[in-house]
Amino acid sequence: MDTAQLVGKATDIRKDILTMITEAGSGHPGGSLSCTDMLTALYFGGVLDHDPADPAKVGRDRFILAKGHGAPALYATLAHAGYFPVEELASLRKLGTRLQGHPDSNLLPGVEVSTGSLGQGLSVAAGLAAGLRLTGEAGCVFTILGDGECEEGQVWEAAMFAAHQRLGRLIAIIDNNELQIDGCIHDVCDPGDLGEKFAAFGWDVVRVDGHDIDALVATLGRLKAAAADEAAPVAVIAATVKGKGVSFMENQAGWHGKAPKAEELEIALAELSAAVA
Amino acid sequence: MVKLASAEAAAQKKATRAAFGATLAELADAGVPVVAVDADLTGSTTTKKLADAGHGDRLFNCGIAEQNMVDVAAGLSLAGNVAFTGSFAVFGTGRAYDQIRNTVCYSNLNVKIAPTHAGISVGPDGGSHQMLEDVSLMRGLPGMRVLVPADYAAARAAIKLAAATPGPVYVRMGRAAVPCVYDDDVELEIGRAYVLREGCDVTIVANGVEIREALLAADVLAERGVSAEVIDAFSVKPLDGETIAASLAKTRCAVVAEEHSVVGGLGSAVCELAAQTCPVPVELVGMRDRFGKSGEFDELLAYFGLDAAAIVEAVEKARSRAGLC
Repeated sequence: MDTAQLVGKATDIRKDILTMITEAGSGHPGGSLSCTDMLTALYFGGVLDHDPADPAKVGRDRFILAKGHGAPALYATLAHAGYFPVEELASLRKLGTRLQGHPDSNLLPGVEVSTGSLGQGLSVAAGLAAGLRLTGEAGCVFTILGDGECEEGQVWEAAMFAAHQRLGRLIAIIDNNELQIDGCIHDVCDPGDLGEKFAAFGWDVVRVDGHDIDALVATLGRLKAAAADEAAPVAVIAATVKGKGVSFMENQAGWHGKAPKAEELEIALAELSAAVA
Repeated sequence: MVKLASAEAAAQKKATRAAFGATLAELADAGVPVVAVDADLTGSTTTKKLADAGHGDRLFNCGIAEQNMVDVAAGLSLAGNVAFTGSFAVFGTGRAYDQIRNTVCYSNLNVKIAPTHAGISVGPDGGSHQMLEDVSLMRGLPGMRVLVPADYAAARAAIKLAAATPGPVYVRMGRAAVPCVYDDDVELEIGRAYVLREGCDVTIVANGVEIREALLAADVLAERGVSAEVIDAFSVKPLDGETIAASLAKTRCAVVAEEHSVVGGLGSAVCELAAQTCPVPVELVGMRDRFGKSGEFDELLAYFGLDAAAIVEAVEKARSRAGLC
């Protein structure tokens, strides 16, 4: 896909995110919109080696959404990629759905492991990278963490382990939108500069604009091409905006876990359409 | 009937934890893709034996970081490995409960939580290290199987069973050397209980180190003319309801003995079974809603009322309640 197509895809995913959350009456729009462009880059920018027709393909790249509350973004991405029908997005959070409030790997193809309890995904990703190295299977392991999630101590247990083990096929993207439920991360309990922290733990650190699709595709593609066992794992600090793309949601902690009303959805969809018109 | 240790072998004492690393090495030698993830306790848990046997690439040390330990094991399992975690029961389950719940069990991963130093067998380390609620925690998790082996041979069988059974399994091992109960090559089944001694006057259901105490109690009771049936419920979940209920129907009363809190463990499991299938008086021998304390293992067994004498006393009470004496 070229840049315009990728931006168009990201816009479609954003519209689906907001529509499905509105339909469900609950969910997490803010953090879903902030990680939409990185997911678009991974799945539609030619970064991930994956096959929707064969989700368990040997040698595929693995993706783990550590910040499981970003599920709507992952679901919309997977649906557009062909893992399941886009129409199924309307079932989000409803009884009997495969689209649980947080990703369930036993229900939905394309979800490698269930997430939702913060702080665990980086450890799983590290174990997976170590496991692929041990078994000799190809593939990189990508994960997206929230910056608020980095307040969980386990993230730093994992950071220490991954660097010590030289898990060079592990690429962790930090969705650095600087907001969490109770407000700005620097006000709630400041984790400091996350890039400096990962570097201090022995990781290579790359900074990128988390909404510049070209930059995301180029950066993630370059990191994947260079990934090798026995090298440092890589943290990609992606500067993002919570609620990105919807004026009244941008940089508002209140939109972390609140569904739009029907009229708010209408305004949001119109804004998203206008931005790519 | 399951094959038991000879009298000569029964005199030997070995810790259940000693079977952990040795059996992992045995499995790795046989080509089973086992890996162990530990947290700075590879010597104590014996997972180090996997490396000693030439499988160093299959042992991962997370340092003192049990939450990461469990989820690294989860990741290793996603790459096709049969992943065992180590550490002590108090840290490997209590500290990492959310990791076991939300990642291992919720995703139904091929991870085996196999901590050592469970219960009061850690002795002098005291209450902070004596995990007495782990069976309760693990038994409550959907999909988790819970195994509490009585001796070295049963622990070896449990590790092999865990490796051969897809999905989460909990194997509880202890620090203290305990007498051999089973034949060295015994093979056990998940969901089966084993009648170690047949009797008709009372059922004693036990597991882990309490098997030794239950057998000693049965000897004392035999001298008093009370014939006790001793059952090893090494598989707490799934519980062998058929074997245990059949025994309850025969004896009309029971004592459950475990090196664990009376809240939520084997005692609770047997009471749930009895209430739903064969309501008879059941007396519980276990930790009575309290923490442990420092002391030698055998001293603590007596102090907390977990020894053979306590089981004998509980049997008298159960039989009396049942109107049998």
